[in-house]
Amino acid sequence: MIGGFIRNIIKDKVMLLMVLPGALWFLFFSYLPMMGTVIAFKEYRYSREGFWASIWGSKWVGWDNFKFLFTTNDAYIITRNTLLYNAVFILLGLVLSVVMAVVLAEIANKKLAKVYQTGMFLPYFLSWVVVGYFAFSFLSSESGVLNQILSYFGAEPVNWYSEKKYWPVILVLVYLWKALGYNSVVYLAAIMGIDKSLYEAAMIDGAGKFQQIKNITLPLLSPIITIMTLLAIGKIFYADFGLFYQVPRNSGTLYSVTNVIDTYVYQGLKSTGEIGMSTAAGLYQSVVGFVLVITSNYIVRKFNKDSALF
Amino acid sequence: MSTLVKKQRDFHKLSKTWNVLFNLFAGIFAFLCVFPFIFVVIISFTDEGVLARDGYSLFPAKWSLSAYRYVFESGDMLLRSYGVTILVTLLGTLLSLLFISFYAYAISRKSFRYRNFFAFFAFFTMLFNGGLVPTYIIVTQFLGLKDTIWALVMPLAVNAFYIMILRTFYSTSVPDALIESGKIDGAGEFRIFLTLVLPLSLPGLATIALFSTLGYWNDWFNALLYIDDPNLVPLQSMLMRIETSMQFIMQNSTNSSLSLEALRSMPQDTSRMAMVVLATGPIIFAYPFFQRYFIQGLTVGAVKE
Repeated sequence: MIGGFIRNIIKDKVMLLMVLPGALWFLFFSYLPMMGTVIAFKEYRYSREGFWASIWGSKWVGWDNFKFLFTTNDAYIITRNTLLYNAVFILLGLVLSVVMAVVLAEIANKKLAKVYQTGMFLPYFLSWVVVGYFAFSFLSSESGVLNQILSYFGAEPVNWYSEKKYWPVILVLVYLWKALGYNSVVYLAAIMGIDKSLYEAAMIDGAGKFQQIKNITLPLLSPIITIMTLLAIGKIFYADFGLFYQVPRNSGTLYSVTNVIDTYVYQGLKSTGEIGMSTAAGLYQSVVGFVLVITSNYIVRKFNKDSALF
Repeated sequence: MSTLVKKQRDFHKLSKTWNVLFNLFAGIFAFLCVFPFIFVVIISFTDEGVLARDGYSLFPAKWSLSAYRYVFESGDMLLRSYGVTILVTLLGTLLSLLFISFYAYAISRKSFRYRNFFAFFAFFTMLFNGGLVPTYIIVTQFLGLKDTIWALVMPLAVNAFYIMILRTFYSTSVPDALIESGKIDGAGEFRIFLTLVLPLSLPGLATIALFSTLGYWNDWFNALLYIDDPNLVPLQSMLMRIETSMQFIMQNSTNSSLSLEALRSMPQDTSRMAMVVLATGPIIFAYPFFQRYFIQGLTVGAVKE
């Protein structure tokens, strides 16, 4: 038995050597942190004697961290913000990127369509820091363009970075600006893959372009739309940290509308120092996220086995 | 022949009005996507005095190169950050390719007895993760990477999703028979990988390399978490830091002359925008080339084994 095991190892030694660096990476950067979630059930105390001593030395507090988290208003606010923003992103993102893909596919001049696509794809390649600067050039209260336009029409300038009510709209617009081009490429690729003879047949039957879109393009896109949406729902508990941290410039007055689970966990770690509660929030995110991914993947499998993640 | 095809295709087209409307719709959105960058470029070439008077403007009353002059003259900080970013990007992409291509190749080989175990070992990390705080504690206290260049390189080095993409690529573009023939000719596993498999999988590797290059170039999050040493701050993170310290000084500068002094030594509005332009420049130039591989990567990722 053991001899057989050793023989196998020797036989596969080259392959094992090949996976070794990656496997070690996963061990250190993924699996050890998974073990580290025990901190959520402890009152974490940093110890000079290093990592293990810190973990062992900290006192067990059971579910206290979670109790604190869920008795404050924070848990409600961050969950609500994360879910609502992502829901809007998924819905609007889906509709607009499908529309954009259809539009790009139908434009007669293919060179122009390519130029448009290249332009739309650009924001995807920029970092959130740069996008934050872009937003600032519009929203800055002293020199921003938006206030200049407002004053041109005789309206009062707005202090954008401290007015809560505008931020849901601003964040949605910035998200769409950055993601739309990228997402529509996925649908565009699917449209390009549709058998051209279907359109020929429809044309002979006298279907106009819009009837073709309605009766051929959209129905044939619906499987990939379903799958992309389900996979996005699987990730609905994770927010894009960059969007919610860089674009509102981490402005404290805006927290009630910009704080999501990811930014909350970061603040707990770096500024408020509530390690235990912040770990609890992170674990809550991971566990619910896990359940959602498994569920949505299960549903995807029912629709189309090939598109499921596993 | 060509006129015939052209005539036939005309039936597929939209009516003239709709075609114009579609063009406008896509064109305007595409323009809006590019516009903020053009705007920031214009701001960076605006005269500081004019900017203070009129605010950001598309047609500034006076142009000036002084922002760029300032950045390059007092550009120690910028040059250093450029250096850090370039180093991290090169080193990171290289390591990333090495780790990912080896791992993906091994789990793509049907003869590897433990392939399912290692495939799952990678895959599970896509489903569940320990979260930010435990990761932070492991990286800083267990691995001791805080304030080292490795804190910028290692966290992004491996990614289960890229492994899955590349594994699919290997199993679809490298035929088993080829590997068998290599074996018959007496080549060892490593030699087969290097001389037979790698050349065939270059497009796949290029895709991963570009994903990874972009990831490293644009990364600021790891610097935010792990870097306090001003000598190790990458570009994106430096842009952030300038901004935060500006805000800090503004908020606390009621009457102290010290903060006024500090404010004066900070890069002005135009210079900060110039830095944004300089940090984004390489991406803007490289990206029409990137784009093709990204689209390829998207479609490769969609096909499963």
